[in-house]
Amino acid sequence: MKKSLTAPVVLGALALALGGCATPPAATSAAPTATAATSVAQSDFKACMVSDAGGFDDKSFNETAYAGLTKAVAELGVQKAEVQSQVAADYAKNVQAMVTAKCDIIVTVGFALGDATAAAAKKNPDIKFAIVDFAYTDEDGKNIAEKNVKGLVFNTAEPSFMAGYLAASLSQTGKVGTFGGAPYPSVTAFMDGYARGVTHFNEQKGKKVAVLGWDVAKKDGTFIGGQDPFGDLSGGKKSASNLVAQGADILLPVAGPAGEGALQVAKASNGKVGSMWVDTDGCISQEQYCAVIPTSVGKAMDVAVFEAIKAAKDGSFSNEPFVGTLENGGAYLAPFHEWDPKVSAETRAELDKIKADIIAGTIKTSA
Amino acid sequence: MAEPEPRTNRLRAWASARWRDWTITLAAFVLALIVGAILMIVADPEVAGNFAYLFTAPGLALGAAWTKVSTAYSALLMGAVGSPSALAATTAAAAPLICAGLAVGLAFRAGLFNIGAQGQAVVGSMAAAWVGFSLPLPPVIHLIVAVLAGLIAGALWGGVVGWLKARTGAHEVIVTIMMNYIASGLLAWALTTSAFQRPGRSDPISPEVAGSATFPQIFEQLHVGFFVALAAALVVAWVLDRSVLGFSIRAVGANPHAAGTAGMNVGATTIITMALAGALAGLAGVMAALGPSVNGVPTPLSEGLVGTVGFDAITVALLGRSKPVGIVFAGLLFGGLSAGGLAMQSVAQTPLTLTLVLQALVVLFVAAPQLVATLVPFLKARKGSVSLTGADA
Repeated sequence: MKKSLTAPVVLGALALALGGCATPPAATSAAPTATAATSVAQSDFKACMVSDAGGFDDKSFNETAYAGLTKAVAELGVQKAEVQSQVAADYAKNVQAMVTAKCDIIVTVGFALGDATAAAAKKNPDIKFAIVDFAYTDEDGKNIAEKNVKGLVFNTAEPSFMAGYLAASLSQTGKVGTFGGAPYPSVTAFMDGYARGVTHFNEQKGKKVAVLGWDVAKKDGTFIGGQDPFGDLSGGKKSASNLVAQGADILLPVAGPAGEGALQVAKASNGKVGSMWVDTDGCISQEQYCAVIPTSVGKAMDVAVFEAIKAAKDGSFSNEPFVGTLENGGAYLAPFHEWDPKVSAETRAELDKIKADIIAGTIKTSA
Repeated sequence: MAEPEPRTNRLRAWASARWRDWTITLAAFVLALIVGAILMIVADPEVAGNFAYLFTAPGLALGAAWTKVSTAYSALLMGAVGSPSALAATTAAAAPLICAGLAVGLAFRAGLFNIGAQGQAVVGSMAAAWVGFSLPLPPVIHLIVAVLAGLIAGALWGGVVGWLKARTGAHEVIVTIMMNYIASGLLAWALTTSAFQRPGRSDPISPEVAGSATFPQIFEQLHVGFFVALAAALVVAWVLDRSVLGFSIRAVGANPHAAGTAGMNVGATTIITMALAGALAGLAGVMAALGPSVNGVPTPLSEGLVGTVGFDAITVALLGRSKPVGIVFAGLLFGGLSAGGLAMQSVAQTPLTLTLVLQALVVLFVAAPQLVATLVPFLKARKGSVSLTGADA
């Protein structure tokens, strides 16, 4: 008994001793201030960001948007601050915390922050706001955003359409699948575009590749749901396993970090199943899964965020929403990486044609 | 229980046990802060890098570490209690935690492990929000009806568990956990129906709660709901210590067989306790649904609205040793950690995860009193165990 206590007691004493000698230098060293001064302090302009649930290290949605902020710090010399949200009740509080922190522009990441951002923008007309995935429009599509709010939206249905076409061409089982985190319009846009791409493939080739997880007519599909739909990795895994059990062999998870569950399922299948990635090039952000990722549907949120910060700094900020498309590169289909040999020359040519047709407007990727 | 002791000795033992409870809680908190500080230093490569020169230039390493830790902790302190608006934010975060903590604590006192505060809070928030956004009622009355709806929904959700336990012997831990799943599934489904979903939206979000059903703001985030939570704590304290029901609850908690032999209705006590606990957790959901956020309107009902209040409540109840007063303080402490944690993020740019780790460390140390007693030398000599749930008090 006595012996077993010695180690913890010594450790405790050591901890106390260390705590003891940590105190004196404080008196001589710089007084603790709230500013962690760094060498990049070239501008007083402060750009701030509030994440959605999932955090800035989600390898997908939030992380891509955050890259835009990091780039602004590096290239424009702006100051930055950020806050991570956990639950819906955090949104308004976190945006307010950034207002209190005297930010010049606040970028909110995610459709779910739409209400909180609009309310804060109305209350703080001197601060610029930009929101990823939300455009304030009325029924006729007219912009009704406050003067100081810019929506950054992405027509992800376009590259998803190409991804669906590719998936259908790669499928061995004649079934492909998709699932989402929650039925946000920014999520279902991927799923709908993907399903339409498969339909287009069937029409062109006279095949009958089925799409599991999204019904274009009913506008409904498979979602993880729950308290934390985009952070629920096991939920993502479950959804992916269900689709695979039903015969799907190419998947498109649209669920932020939870989508990694689909990558795990694909990896465990030993080459039978492939899983695409969204928001950013999965072969770069999720390197260890590159072998199972045929392609990714990219959303250049980093570019859009950077441009919004730059515009706010230059004074050229407007409330006109930015819409990322295949044409302006704001939405794109990533390279095939390790799947490159599996994509036939014929499919490549067809994808190029589809891309041109989508840009020209002869192919409709959404209703 | 050994041979009976003289009264004075018992009194002394009681006083010393209280003293021990408080010091251990305090020590747990201090230890958590120390471990948190170490983590902060290790996690920052810039600061940790300086430790290579620890013996050549100790000032550099320790100074950097001190700046890092003191910046973070002073932001935590300022964000929690540093200004009137910080205090208001703390009370707003504490209100649901206190209610849900009471829900868990009250059940603990009856020897019941209520893991279902989460589900009870979810149904409470659903009922309150629904009344708030769909019934057109006059001011005052609207709020009262909405609060009552939340209380009743929670009481039903908890009462079912009590009834199952009393009638069939189904263990409340299993049943409450399953009821949590049912509640969150129910909410997910409800948000796709026209009764709950905001018109014109395809994502699961409800309309905003009407102003007449919102808890009136007093100062910034401080709203009437906080005082409702304090009143709930008073009521629970009175029930436990002054009423016949409270006596049965404590007796059943101490020993159900003995209580039954003494003529108490164990089954009825179980059902009533769980219903009361459910109502209290439902009240936590009401706080989330009707409490105004910083922008003056409550956060609309969505799947993550109540967060993890039901699980945090277990922590709060443990930290408060299942006593109403303790729970109020524990709720305020966690509310402060939540409000201060936001300041740690926004002012000191400390990651959110670290605040969560701090909370977890507090719990870890509080839940392991023997560990704290071992680590803190002057507590070591004293013998006796600390009751976590307070069920035997």
